[in-house]
Amino acid sequence: MEKVLMKGNEALAEAAIRAGCKCFFGYPITPQTELSEYLSKQMPKRGGVFLQAESEVAAINMVLGAAATGTRVMTSSSSPGVSLKSEGISYIAGSDVPAVIINVQRGGPGLGGIQPSQADYWQATKGLGHGDFHLIVLAPSSVQEVVDLVSRAFDLGDQYRVPVMLLSDGLLGQMMEPVSFPEITAKEVDKSDWAANGTKMARKHHIVNSLYIEANDLEDIVKERYARYAVIEAEESDAEAYQTEDADIVVVAYGATSRVVKSAVNKARAEGIKVGMLRPITLWPFPKKQLCAACENAKAVLTVEMSMGQMVDDVKLALECKKPVSFFGRTGGVIPTPAEVYAEIVKLNGGAK
Amino acid sequence: MIDTLKKIVVVTGHYGSGKTNFTAALAMRLAEAGKKVTVVDFDLVNPYFRTADFADAFAQKGITLCAPEFANTNVDIPSIRFDLGGLAAQDGMLLIDVGGDDDGAVALGRYAHILNGYAETGELDMLAVLSFRRYLTRTAEEAMHYLQGIERASRMKLTGLVNNTNLGPETTTQMIEESMPQALKLSELCDLPLLCTTAPDHLSKPDTGTCPLMQIPVLVQLPWVQV
Repeated sequence: MEKVLMKGNEALAEAAIRAGCKCFFGYPITPQTELSEYLSKQMPKRGGVFLQAESEVAAINMVLGAAATGTRVMTSSSSPGVSLKSEGISYIAGSDVPAVIINVQRGGPGLGGIQPSQADYWQATKGLGHGDFHLIVLAPSSVQEVVDLVSRAFDLGDQYRVPVMLLSDGLLGQMMEPVSFPEITAKEVDKSDWAANGTKMARKHHIVNSLYIEANDLEDIVKERYARYAVIEAEESDAEAYQTEDADIVVVAYGATSRVVKSAVNKARAEGIKVGMLRPITLWPFPKKQLCAACENAKAVLTVEMSMGQMVDDVKLALECKKPVSFFGRTGGVIPTPAEVYAEIVKLNGGAK
Repeated sequence: MIDTLKKIVVVTGHYGSGKTNFTAALAMRLAEAGKKVTVVDFDLVNPYFRTADFADAFAQKGITLCAPEFANTNVDIPSIRFDLGGLAAQDGMLLIDVGGDDDGAVALGRYAHILNGYAETGELDMLAVLSFRRYLTRTAEEAMHYLQGIERASRMKLTGLVNNTNLGPETTTQMIEESMPQALKLSELCDLPLLCTTAPDHLSKPDTGTCPLMQIPVLVQLPWVQV
């Protein structure tokens, strides 16, 4: 398909429809609103359901209900709204049903602000709801990658029966970029052994539930889930390595921030500084192997985020403190500039020559 | 086109068609030609990437900027405190950049009773900026649907079209040339004059036939473009 110009939020919504999403339940919030706005106009025309719920809590429980039938379902929100959805997301994980959850991050905590942020990294990768569970978390860095990862999110959810989060941010959501929609074929996954989609009086009914009367049964089911997580960690971690082969300094950044970092890396490279970038595409599972490989010869590692430093913990854990890891970030809705990141790289390289 | 523009210029279109870049470039050109220019950021829909981003550049050229009071802040409060009627009555040119397609144009409707008065006396142009590389306005028919929505929501009538076909940083001369048949067709379908076709000034000149060409700088940039 010929490339067109689209806003990140809009492209995400269109990509979801093309990936076979049939139900959307949500509640409006800036800066994700164009996403639900687009679906409100398009879903009824294209055989889907768009429903603006009375609250985020209602929306996420509608997602759980639709997901239990095996239907491809999505919800989207922005930081404070995702916090409200966290209870339902835990139930979705505990019920082993697939669903796609979008977070177009804004500044926090509390109401915070509507400008872009990456301060929900911990929430997405470690603390989105109670109980022992993980979500797969995908982090696009361009409007094109938003499109590509949405269909992957649906496929991964179906394949592993887990909720998948696409962690966007206000910048990716609001910016315009050229994009094309590849022909996609949704992975056909047999859901006939669990989907509660009508017995037609021909089979035993399916139960979708997260309550277990006996503690031992709950332990068994959690352990079975963790065996699936181990497969996901082994098979699905993904990252982009940019000029890391000979890098003395490796900058780690994801999402829109990685675009800022890339500009800074290019400038530093032009001046002879051996610097590269490792960009995690999956935040959970965190791409430990890819990071260790990229940093093999590095003397210093710098993590850049639009937060006070959250992913930096995973970088240190993955490197097992074998390399010095420093951090640079802006928060509260402030976007780091390429000049600021460049200055940090120069500092690590031993200062200005 | 610049010489024939009326005193008040309302700029509308699908978001992403390049209205803001066009409005900013037009304002600067008018200011360079010695005109007194006021620009109104009338976008009550988009939280960021807006006309108010050019506050410093406008100030340098002596252009007055009026924007919603919380534009580019951390809150989503689309309130305006400037008096559009008063601005319309003052001397000099007034450019009103109406963001956010037909939803954004609803707010303009609040001032339709004032602005339509200027339209009746021939003192107002209402332009639709179009990009045929923008999703959902790929053809003249799709674009017409959008323009009708904007007219309905604003309760005002368009007076002319600007073909601003672009694909952001990937815009090419050929792409602009290929858009000409759709632009001419839209002009015919809507019975509106095609006032000009724009092209980024770093590209080689496209052949736009009888339609005037306006070469403009690319002012809207993503945060990682400059180091």
